[in-house]
Formats: sequence, C-alpha cells, structure tokens
Amino acid sequence: MIKKTAVKKVENKGTSIKAKILSKFVNKNTIVEGRDLSKPKILVEGLSKSFGKKVILDNLNLEVAQNESLVVFGGSGSGKSVLIKTIIGLLKADAGIIKLDGELISDLSNTARSHLMSRFGFLFQGGALFDSLRVWENVAFALLHGKKMSIVDAKDVALSKLRSVGLSEEVLYLFPSELSGGMQKRVALARAIATNPEVIFFDEPTTGLDPIMANVINDLIVKAREEIGATTITITHDIHSARVIANRVAMLYQGKIIWVGDVKDMDKSGNPIFEQFINGKITGPIKVDV
Amino acid sequence: MEYISSIGRYTLKFLAVLGSAVIFSLSAIAGIFFAPFYLREIKNNLIEVGFFSLPVVGMTAIFTGAVLVLQSYVGFSRFSAEGSIPTVVVLSITRELGPVLAGLMVAGRVGAAMAAEIATMKVTEQIDALSTLAVNPIKYLVTPRVIACVITLPCLVLIADIIGIMGGYIVATEKLGFNKAIYLKNTIHYLEFMDVFSGLVKAAVFGLIIALAGCYNGYNAGKGAEGVGAATTNAVVTASVFILILNYLTTEIFFSK
Repeated sequence: MIKKTAVKKVENKGTSIKAKILSKFVNKNTIVEGRDLSKPKILVEGLSKSFGKKVILDNLNLEVAQNESLVVFGGSGSGKSVLIKTIIGLLKADAGIIKLDGELISDLSNTARSHLMSRFGFLFQGGALFDSLRVWENVAFALLHGKKMSIVDAKDVALSKLRSVGLSEEVLYLFPSELSGGMQKRVALARAIATNPEVIFFDEPTTGLDPIMANVINDLIVKAREEIGATTITITHDIHSARVIANRVAMLYQGKIIWVGDVKDMDKSGNPIFEQFINGKITGPIKVDV
Repeated sequence: MEYISSIGRYTLKFLAVLGSAVIFSLSAIAGIFFAPFYLREIKNNLIEVGFFSLPVVGMTAIFTGAVLVLQSYVGFSRFSAEGSIPTVVVLSITRELGPVLAGLMVAGRVGAAMAAEIATMKVTEQIDALSTLAVNPIKYLVTPRVIACVITLPCLVLIADIIGIMGGYIVATEKLGFNKAIYLKNTIHYLEFMDVFSGLVKAAVFGLIIALAGCYNGYNAGKGAEGVGAATTNAVVTASVFILILNYLTTEIFFSK
C-alpha cells in the first residue's frame, strides 16, 4: 500500500513537471496563423478499416488543430472518402480511436452520435442535395429538424447563407435539379455551414467544376471557414485547390498518412511518393496500371 | 467439401440478410412510437400511396368483379345455382381478391417507387447527408412510409371491395339479366362483418410488408444504376411473395376451426 502510494506520488510529480515543461514550450508556439496547436480539435489514433480482405486504412494516425484547414491528398481509391466518413461516424472503424476536443467519439451510441452531428458540417462530392426539397429547405434542413427553428427564421438563415455563397433569393424556391453543377455545389456549401458547425468536412469540393467555378468554391470555403472559425478537413487531388484553402497538407497512401507538413513546404517535402503525386509524374514509387 | 462449404456460406449470408432485415424493420416500427415525428413526410406519403393508387386499384377491382361474375355464371349455371353468384362474388372479393389484388398492385406501383427513390438517395449520398444533418434516415424515410402504407392499404381495399362488387353487379344485371334488387339482397344477406374485417386486417399487414420490402431493398441497394434496378425488382418480388404467404397464414388464423 505504501509502495503504491509512493509510486503514485512520483508519477504525479513526474507528470506535473512534464506538463510544466510542455506548457512553457507550447505557450511560445501555440498560435500559428490563427491555429491553436496546443490542443488538437480532432485526434485519430491507430485507425483501421477494411472492406472484406481489402485494407483501406491501416493503423492511421492524424491530428488536426483548432481552426486549422487540413487538406488530405490521395490517389483515386486510396481511401480518402473512407477516412473522413469514418471520422464523422458514417462508417464504423474496425480499430482505433477518434477524439473531438479530447472526448472519445468513435464508440458512441446512435443517439449520442446524432447529437454530435450537429457540431459537424459535410460537403459531399456530388452535393447530395435532397431532390424532393426546394433549395431553401435543403439549406435549412438541419435548422428545421435538428435545431427546431421556426420556418420563418430558418428561411431567413437559409437566405443569408445562400447570399454568403453568392446566390440570390431567386433560387430559394427552385429544386436542385433546376440548378447548374456549380450552383448545386454552392447550395450544398450553404447547407454545410448553415448551423455554423465547429468542424467542416469537404469531400472533393472542386471535382467536376470548371477552373473558374473551382476557384469560386475555393474562395467560398476559405471565406466560410474564416467567418465561422471552423476547423476544416478537405480531401482532394486538386493541388491548386489545396494551395488556396490549406494551412497544412497530408498524403494518404496505402492506408497510412505518409507525409504531413505546412502548405508552404509542399514543394520541398523530400518525400518521393508525395513529390510524384503533386507533380503528376507517371514514373516513381507510385505504380500506375496503364 | 467445396459443396458443403458453399452451403455454409449461403446459410451465413441468408442469416446475415435476415438479421439485418429484422433490425431494420424493428427500427422503422419503433420510430412510430418515439419523437421526432415527421408529419409532413407522413402526409406526403399518405397522398402518394393512398390517393395516387386509387385509379390502379379501382381499375383492377372493377374488372376482377366483372370477370368473377362471368366465370362463376358459366360454372354455376350448369347446376342451376345462379342465385349463389352474388354471395360468391362478395365473399371472394372481400375475403381474398380485394386485399390480395390491391396489395399486389400497390406493391408494383408504390413498393417499386419507394425502392427506386431510396436507392437513388443512397447512390447519390443523400442518406449519408441526412445522417450528417443529425437526422435518423430510417426514422425520416422509412417510418413515414410504413405508417402511410399501413393506414392507406385498408382504405384502398375497402374502396376496392365496393368497386369490385359494383363491377360484378353491373355485368350480372346489365349483361346476364339478373334482377337488380335480388342481386343486391343476396350480396348483403350472406355477408358477415368478419368477411370484410379480415380483408382489412390482411390489407394492413400487406401495407407493412410493401413498405418494409420497398424501403429495405432501396436502403441496401448496390452501387450505380444496376443497384437501383436490382433494388426495385427485389422490392416487388419480395413484397409479392410475402403477400401471398401471409395471405394464407392470416386466412388460416381467421377462419380455421
């Protein structure tokens, strides 16, 4: 008993000394370009996910700081979508833990997860707008059903969010099928930010858009993030888009994050896989089946 | 050895599908009793399933009643029992043909539409979008459809009963020369409450099956257009087969002595 207490005291002393040293170290460098690096907003440790015998994520580790904009690169079929869908809880991880603000979120009940979802926003690759609902109902969906806002108030919020993504009130009563691809993406973006979420996930936000519209979406993402103050994770293989929206970039390859670094270090990563990917070279460590 | 392992593989696959279908159905049914209630979705589905199925159910019923009179006249006239035709028609329609034919027609029209709509929503990630917007997709998409089908199917069957009997009456009186008053008297005289009631209970059960089969197949659709097509076919086939099986079982429960 005495031995155990003594060990505990030593441990506590050790921990407090370690914490003091760490806090001194961290406090000096904690805020970088608006990002709070002292506490990760999202922490992923040892994440694994397989479909049958195919391993998609293999003991993956990732950290995203508060207010950070992280872009995850990866080739087609590399598991980028699986990664963010597993983090948000649309897919169940085979192993590993996911924490949001230090709280474990990878093992929640359906009800608890449903409550948690109100802290997230998600922009799907194809927009995923509800065909049967008008534009304003799509944007205000979470406000009407989750937050139980009145129709009048929800419509006002929907209009202000639509204006913030460059759309006018003329689209309010249209159906998604009556909009162009770029407009659908903007409506989907307005829906993703309608509840001012803490974390927003963007699944290939510029895929399928012309270069000008892709830039419009990039600017809107940056603007939306700055206005809301959200942490964002974007998956893409659009290098230009990443340079515009990212603070930090990561590369997913064979189920693991093989390189993470600041966006300004992208061109001097020293990682042959990452370099081959961002330069689009056919030859290199990534084998291409032609 | 390969043969035995394939039996095991299919058995496990079947049990997995059965388990997931049961959990899916229980989740959808549980949604009826717990908030939130999506009243607008329920209203839209009541109109879609009930009102817009009226023409197809009505057409089926009127011609079924008419053919039933013609066919039974051929048989019954051989031993001079034409007087029994109104009774045979009304019992056949209320107890069997009304609920079964209405059920099969609605399975074809509504079950297929539900499967196609939900499968398309799945393929285009709209179901995932519902989850990310903090809405339970089963509660939002499936429960309202189950409620709508369970409520509207008995109403449709009651209307099909009336229209079917009317179809028989028109053919019997206008074509075969039956006395109108006697035909109506014989129709009502031997009809019991249980004949109609059993048909309506069957209809509610069929409604539940149609909604669950349509939604389950849509919700678990494979990828792409092929997945949507397969989901639609499976929804109609599953619902139709279960309607026929449950028709026998409910008849056995109601009328076995």
